[in-house]
Amino acid sequence: MTMRIGVVTFPGSLDDGDAARAVRLAGAEAVRLWHGDADLHGVDAVVLPGGFSYGDALRCGAIARFAPVMETVADAARGGLPVLGICNGFQILCEAHLLPGALTRNQHLHFRNRDQHLRIGSTSTAWTGQFTADQEILIPVKNGEGCFVADARTLDELAAEGRVVARYVRGNPNGSQRDIAAITNEAGNVVGIMPHPEHAVEALTGPSLDGLGFFASVLHTLAGAPASSR
Amino acid sequence: MTTQPETAADDVVAPPAMPNQSASGFGGKPTGFAATDVLAEGFGTPDTVERARSTPDDLQPHAELGLKDDEYERIRQILGRRPTAAELAMYSIMWSEHCSYKSSKVHLRQFGEKVPQNTRMLAGIGENAGVVQISDELAVTFKVESHNHPSFVEPYQGAATGVGGIVRDILAMGARPVAVMDPLRFGAADHPDTARVLPGVVAGISGYGNCLGLPNIGGEVVFDPCYQGNPLVNALSIGVLPVQRLQHKEAAGVGNVVVLLGARTGRDGIGGVSVLASATFDDAAGQRRPSVQVGDPFMEKLLIESCLELYDAGLVAGIQDLGGAGLTCALTETAAAAGTGMRVWLERVPLREPSMSPTEILASESQERMLLIVTPENLDAVLATAEKWGVWATAIGEVTPSEAGGQPGRLVITWNDHVVVDVPPGSLADDGPVYARPLREPGDLILLQADHAETLPRPSTPDELRETLLRMVGAPNLCDKSWVTEQYDRYVLGNTVLAQPEDAGVLRIDERTGLGVALSVDGNGRYARLDPYEGAKLALAEAYRNVVVTGAEPAAVTDCLNFGSPEDPAVMWQFSEAVRGLADGCQQLGIPVTGGNVSFYNQTGAAAIHPTPVVGVLGILEDVARRVPMGFPAPADADGDLLFLLGDTECELSGSEWAWVTHGHLGGRPPRVDLAKEQALGVLMARAARAGLAVAAHDLSDGGLAQALTESALRRGVGARVSLPESDDPTVPFVHLFSESAGRALVTVARGHEQAFVELAAECGVNCAQIGTTTGEPELEVRGQFTVSLEELRAAHTATLPGLFGGTAELANRHGAPEEAQRPESTTLAPETPALPDTEPSPGPSVTLELTDPARKGGEEPREGAADPSGS
Repeated sequence: MTMRIGVVTFPGSLDDGDAARAVRLAGAEAVRLWHGDADLHGVDAVVLPGGFSYGDALRCGAIARFAPVMETVADAARGGLPVLGICNGFQILCEAHLLPGALTRNQHLHFRNRDQHLRIGSTSTAWTGQFTADQEILIPVKNGEGCFVADARTLDELAAEGRVVARYVRGNPNGSQRDIAAITNEAGNVVGIMPHPEHAVEALTGPSLDGLGFFASVLHTLAGAPASSR
Repeated sequence: MTTQPETAADDVVAPPAMPNQSASGFGGKPTGFAATDVLAEGFGTPDTVERARSTPDDLQPHAELGLKDDEYERIRQILGRRPTAAELAMYSIMWSEHCSYKSSKVHLRQFGEKVPQNTRMLAGIGENAGVVQISDELAVTFKVESHNHPSFVEPYQGAATGVGGIVRDILAMGARPVAVMDPLRFGAADHPDTARVLPGVVAGISGYGNCLGLPNIGGEVVFDPCYQGNPLVNALSIGVLPVQRLQHKEAAGVGNVVVLLGARTGRDGIGGVSVLASATFDDAAGQRRPSVQVGDPFMEKLLIESCLELYDAGLVAGIQDLGGAGLTCALTETAAAAGTGMRVWLERVPLREPSMSPTEILASESQERMLLIVTPENLDAVLATAEKWGVWATAIGEVTPSEAGGQPGRLVITWNDHVVVDVPPGSLADDGPVYARPLREPGDLILLQADHAETLPRPSTPDELRETLLRMVGAPNLCDKSWVTEQYDRYVLGNTVLAQPEDAGVLRIDERTGLGVALSVDGNGRYARLDPYEGAKLALAEAYRNVVVTGAEPAAVTDCLNFGSPEDPAVMWQFSEAVRGLADGCQQLGIPVTGGNVSFYNQTGAAAIHPTPVVGVLGILEDVARRVPMGFPAPADADGDLLFLLGDTECELSGSEWAWVTHGHLGGRPPRVDLAKEQALGVLMARAARAGLAVAAHDLSDGGLAQALTESALRRGVGARVSLPESDDPTVPFVHLFSESAGRALVTVARGHEQAFVELAAECGVNCAQIGTTTGEPELEVRGQFTVSLEELRAAHTATLPGLFGGTAELANRHGAPEEAQRPESTTLAPETPALPDTEPSPGPSVTLELTDPARKGGEEPREGAADPSGS
């Protein structure tokens, strides 16, 4: 059966179409979810896409976390539903306290868009199982507020528990602490990543096909997971 | 005459009760601004039509609003009385240079007269943007516009709203905007004011365009002292629509409802087009900041989505964006286009500031607004869609019949039952003054043209040549522009096939068929200064060439004509020559000008900018998978791919980047342009791309062959070895490297295809010479002259802009240090913060080679950064 992966559209979401395309290219059905609709329509996983939800007013992701759909997403995530937050989606997950830490203004204060090398740090999440440990991948990064910060204890914990999913290598584009580009929750079902895997899924438009790995991974996870754990 | 339609003031839709209200700045109660409050606050009765009739001799500030005495007299004639204050403001806006094209109209006609009707054209000049059909089902619309004056006064908002404005033009045609490009021109790179203007402009474009979700796929960044007080911030947008979704601006259908959609109206931008854009800058420019609009890209994103949903549901009878000239322009143009009348209740317009007078409401250039014409039965559905997206929608008026005897209807505007405007809309929109202004060739032109750069001392030894190369590739106009372009999102929407620094931006339009377009926008003010007729043709030729080297077939043109004051006969002569050159060029190339924009008064005091026609060319690619990129690909074997130089190289150094950089020289005649040869090059490249004969191609323009070799090599870190023609004259190698002859391109052909390529070139009538090969070595070698490592070349090419405008290291020092001190992990942070690959020498050949991974094709090569030092 084709897996159904939800992609949420908030007012100001921008990469929602790209995330849906990536889901389709990975072989799943993309289900568009609306911020004002708390119903997840029975999807098997959820992607919170990049963009500027609610115009990034107040603080990136601060308003989106209160959207009706996010209450359901948060409950389901705590119940094990795989959730991937990309860029603004990562910011929303942090605001929703599904992930620790926060994303702040890039240290150099500029928006930056470049092709970025990452090293995969954990392959035991729902979204990274198809990568190999320490695999180096290349996907675009583009953000103005992507500098990951957390207190030292949290950073130590993330490292000790293998919850740093990817780190920037060959240059840190935004000043993130300990080069952190992506992290996961304790259960490994919720992943937040600042760079954009959905922009590296076609040779024609991306710097590589490495982004597909995230979407292929969750399909593999779902195929192997007992229904009760979702 | 004031029967209120059923769509009364309470047909105001507030955004839904979503949390965005309070945060996005459009919170507040939609009905809380009742105009009675305004009166209660002590504002008197506005100047009404009745009052204007009874006080014919009242003095009016027409001159302050930019209207000449005879223009004011004409208004009185049209109305048969003095205008009201609101009417006077409306005429001053609509008859401004910016809106009426009064000085340029007589010249711009050539664009229509000289190009035969093109079957691809669905809409042309006079519409919000030209529309070009690219397949049975799909069309694209594109246009370039200026936002020069506001961007000097307030760089961030000026540039941001420039993007917003052009995007709404595209949206108004029924299209989804899919990309933007920004040709930018600033004063001297090292001038202190450039350090104010450039970062602000770039941040404004970045802040607005990125938040709108539109990839920025190209443009220009040019420095010249002539733009010091008058930077040029031009913005181009392109959109896609199903052919049957094409929208019109006519306010047709008597009884239809006039709906204002989008942001509330505030006091920003009042006088933008009349005071700011239609006059020469003087010392008081800084006081005009309130004339600059303030943008909210989030609102524009919602506006885009709601308009597209309305189009698809067939709910829109007519639509016009509100940009420069605001409500005045939208109301008069929609009514004039249909020949109908219109009745507007101005007190219904949702306001940010309740104390605004009717004149201010009509003149406001608040951003993110559209005017819709909707049938009464569709009104509820329109309001519901607006509510879904959290956008204000307000019925503010209705379409009224034309006058007896088939005369066009009148535009009647009331404000709390006071009639403040009663005018024939066509008198504002179409019947503005037209001037055939005096023309006179600039007095200094003969001397300027006699001062050739070909007589300047040239490098003649290998060492001098090598040094010249390194100096040139780091010159502000030729250096790497990543400092700027990395601030733009080029990936969003997932259809960007090529983006800057490629020659043209290439977009996939149809995911099923691979149908796409290529777009380039170019100009050269120095060439146009030396010869505006040829300069305009050269700008066209360069944009055309940039498009054809990708393999695309050019289809249409848009232009942004940036000039000084039209009241100066010398400027007007430059303008007329440039328009003539562009029109002749388009005629010869068989591609129509579909729309554009004129920006006059780019002048501070008596000093005008170089005449700067900026030309955008749109090409069509049947299959974007066949596009030809710019950079040398990693060679398949040790022998490398073959490099061919197409076209003829003459000794043409006048107006060149070399003459400017090394001698501060501008004089002589610009390079000769032969459009037949450009066309032949285009045919060759299209056929070569379709046949898969070219693996890379790069046009030759500023900086000549040397610059093309540098950019092609650095793109993916692949070196090359070339030979230049031998001669007894020791400066001949220099001429071949730095001459800026037009009609040339550098093409990379894989071994085995060279014979087919050479034959094809002969068939197309294009001169073609093999000048070298790509190599496995990370260096550029000019045989018998010099070798330079790509590392050194890259360092020279990339250091300039970070050095001028601050790299990440500088910012880290300024802003990062205190933070680090507070953070225990500062020790890990410090080493990688210098992500400063831009200014640091690259790590060496091994990394450079690593970057040539053929699997990475399609995107930019990653820049080498400092190796990850911590791995923590």
